[in-house]
Amino acid sequence: MESIKDKVALVGMGCTKFGENWEQDLGDMIIEAVYEAMEDAGIDIKAIQAAWFGCDRSTGTGIPGGAHLADALKVGKIPITRVEAACSTGHEALRNASFAVACGMYDIVLVVGAEKLKDTGFGGLGIGRGRHPVSEIYRTAPGTFAFIATRYFHTYDLTIEEGKTILAKIAVKNHHNGSLCPKAYLRREITVDDALNAPMVAWPLGLYDCCGNADGASAAILCGKDLARKFRDDPIYIKGVGLSVDAMSPMFRPGFDWLGFEVTHDAALQAYSQAGIKDPRREINLASVHDCFTITELINYEDLGLSIRGRASKDVDSGFFSLEGELPVNTDGGLKAFGHPIGASGLRMTYEIYKQLQGKCGPRQVKNPERGLAHTLGGPPQVSCVVILGNSLG
Amino acid sequence: MVKERGLTMVGISSYGAYLPYYRLNRDQISSAWGTRSRGGERTVANFDEDSITMAVEAGLDCIRDVVDRNDIDGLFFASTTAPYKEKQASTLIAAAMDLKREILTRDFTGTLRAGMVAFSSALEAATIGSAQNILVIASDCRLGFPKSDDEQLFGDGAGALLIGKSGVIATVEASCSISDEIVDVWRKDRDFFVHSWEDRWVRQFGYMKNMKEVISLLFGKTGLRPSDLSKVLLYSPDGRSQNALAKELGFNIQKQVGDPLISHVGNTGTASPLLLLVSALEEGHKDNLILLVGYGDGADASVLRITGEVEGKKDRRGVKVHLLSKRFLSSYEKYLAFRDIVPTEPVAPFSVDSASTMMWRDRNWVLRFHGSQCHKCGMVTFPIQRICYGCRSKDDFDEVRLSDRKAKIFTFSLDYLPGLPDPPVIQVILELDGQTRIYCTMIDCDPRNVKIGMSVEMTFRRLREARGFYHYYWKCRPVRGEK
Repeated sequence: MESIKDKVALVGMGCTKFGENWEQDLGDMIIEAVYEAMEDAGIDIKAIQAAWFGCDRSTGTGIPGGAHLADALKVGKIPITRVEAACSTGHEALRNASFAVACGMYDIVLVVGAEKLKDTGFGGLGIGRGRHPVSEIYRTAPGTFAFIATRYFHTYDLTIEEGKTILAKIAVKNHHNGSLCPKAYLRREITVDDALNAPMVAWPLGLYDCCGNADGASAAILCGKDLARKFRDDPIYIKGVGLSVDAMSPMFRPGFDWLGFEVTHDAALQAYSQAGIKDPRREINLASVHDCFTITELINYEDLGLSIRGRASKDVDSGFFSLEGELPVNTDGGLKAFGHPIGASGLRMTYEIYKQLQGKCGPRQVKNPERGLAHTLGGPPQVSCVVILGNSLG
Repeated sequence: MVKERGLTMVGISSYGAYLPYYRLNRDQISSAWGTRSRGGERTVANFDEDSITMAVEAGLDCIRDVVDRNDIDGLFFASTTAPYKEKQASTLIAAAMDLKREILTRDFTGTLRAGMVAFSSALEAATIGSAQNILVIASDCRLGFPKSDDEQLFGDGAGALLIGKSGVIATVEASCSISDEIVDVWRKDRDFFVHSWEDRWVRQFGYMKNMKEVISLLFGKTGLRPSDLSKVLLYSPDGRSQNALAKELGFNIQKQVGDPLISHVGNTGTASPLLLLVSALEEGHKDNLILLVGYGDGADASVLRITGEVEGKKDRRGVKVHLLSKRFLSSYEKYLAFRDIVPTEPVAPFSVDSASTMMWRDRNWVLRFHGSQCHKCGMVTFPIQRICYGCRSKDDFDEVRLSDRKAKIFTFSLDYLPGLPDPPVIQVILELDGQTRIYCTMIDCDPRNVKIGMSVEMTFRRLREARGFYHYYWKCRPVRGEK
């Protein structure tokens, strides 16, 4: 198998504010994100040769997915692929677009991730998952990730108070980072006590352990390595992409231990292998990981090989992953504070890593980063994508 | 019409019962309305229970460790509150109990004495050889008007009897039936609540008249005297009328009249005579003579004789265990929400649609709760998997029933999001034999007691209505009756 390393560059990116964008529909947010990306790259819409549109559930019925993008932007009759991979949608769109560029099929392509969740009339992603009319009809996202928290605390001998305090620290970190990020949904700092005393959502997870549904869109412009410097002096190169899908839902998977997700680990191994990374804890300078819930961020540290299995709580306590720490995680507030429009999140993470690698993040800027990692986890969870970016070749 | 049956070959070979976990103190009901409390407590079916789910429970209690499910070739179901007016309930109960399809399924309805009707019919069918082992289940979930005495007096529950030839614990010595056209207690097809006419007339010209008449007829034909009977089991609408009746007929209230279960259960409609009989069998001994009388549009009476075999069948949960295993509903309002008497605020709707074809295609794991066991590597998965998760063998497995297995909680959450009537929803991952994993929800449990490693059993419940029909599936619960 080949490696994607250094074959594809990101030369422009855009991102809307995420949140309750009541006055914007899907098309409005697509326009905003794409125009920012084109301005960043210094190109016109006519230059785009193909597009990938990541959107999980905000498209209507009877309309091809790609038509949403074409309609909004008035692009010509270019090929547009609609991509869906639950919460990994944005990354999966990026991954497929990068293959098209790497093989030389297209010179300049557009990737968009967008989601309009706030027209449902209720908070959250609703009740019921899966394909079947009854087997998962009461299942919720918080309830599912709460399974991990319960089992993690039990396995690693953490009392409920100890476990919830670790999770609270992650929430506090992300809210702090979000307060420094103008496009984030939630920009208010919280304390550990706020998190511990918050109303229960799905025990042991409370309000501040759960990310909020949001609207948002993000866009990227990709081209081959050799074209990159035509557009800018600081292109960001894709070093590795990995995607992994499990054979069976964790709800019914024999032997599943509910302490971590193999798909994250597998996707990371693919990406590390392509990027030539042997010791991610040392070689990755910053990461955006999928923190749909605080407990998810905790196990992501372990699944991505950034923390030793069972010892991630030590790293939380020591501030290893804080903005001032050795490996800042979710520097823009993560899903927790930035919000989680499903199809857009993978690209929003990419946007943050992109801007950080270019030194453009102001008060939340990480010191001289070279390699950044973005990770998404989707479905029951049953799919994960890891993308590694760098600001130099080699 | 009096029939004497000297046949001692066919009789009752096992019994079972089910009472819902939840109770409502009658004071809770009366204080909501400022009316007089009838005292005691009543059983309340959970929001996911109905006459079919309770029937499955009673049926499983009846057949547990007594008969091979493949030997059951009849299932007779009696209720005035079947969930469907057109769609057979006994087929659904038979599927949930994982019985074979070569079976007589018969629904009996339309009268409070439908349980007695089903019972007699099963004896007759078994006697003429239409079937060998017939499960008779009576189950009711009747609604009294809010604020009425009926609302307090009714109780939800189910009773089951296995009719057959071997291991008979009680035989029917004689029966008697009278028919009476009287509109005293009724419910029309479009009515939600049970109606009744003026109480004193209903009591005197409905209940007392018919009960006395059928018992007198039976005594006349058989030559029995009141003192011959060990136990007198009389359907009672209210916990008192049966004593007035007994006194008039010359029975000894203290020594003979069986507790009508009103004080701790309530009037369980069609299930009532069967539950009274189950109570008597639980305490009964060889040669006890039992009078059993059911009321409704006339009355049915039977005289039964208990055999020595009863001693070996006293390990059912029956009425006894279910009586003691209970939790009080926190409020009367919960009951109103459980029974859809009061609409509550709509919450996020279920995100997953349905199709009858899907529920039908998956009926072996949805209703029968079968998993698959791979022939090659032995891995057991649920739901049934065509390609084995362990070794990728294709279409090379046995279906295995998992509904009768105990499991352990592997992990759990208390979820406040689903807008169900009794939050939180207890979400669980169950573990069987160390490897198999099943996601489901847990019911009939105080959320504060949930722990990893807790032992649970499966229970058949009604989960939702979608696309115009009811969807049944399985949940788990702490083992009923275990501390």
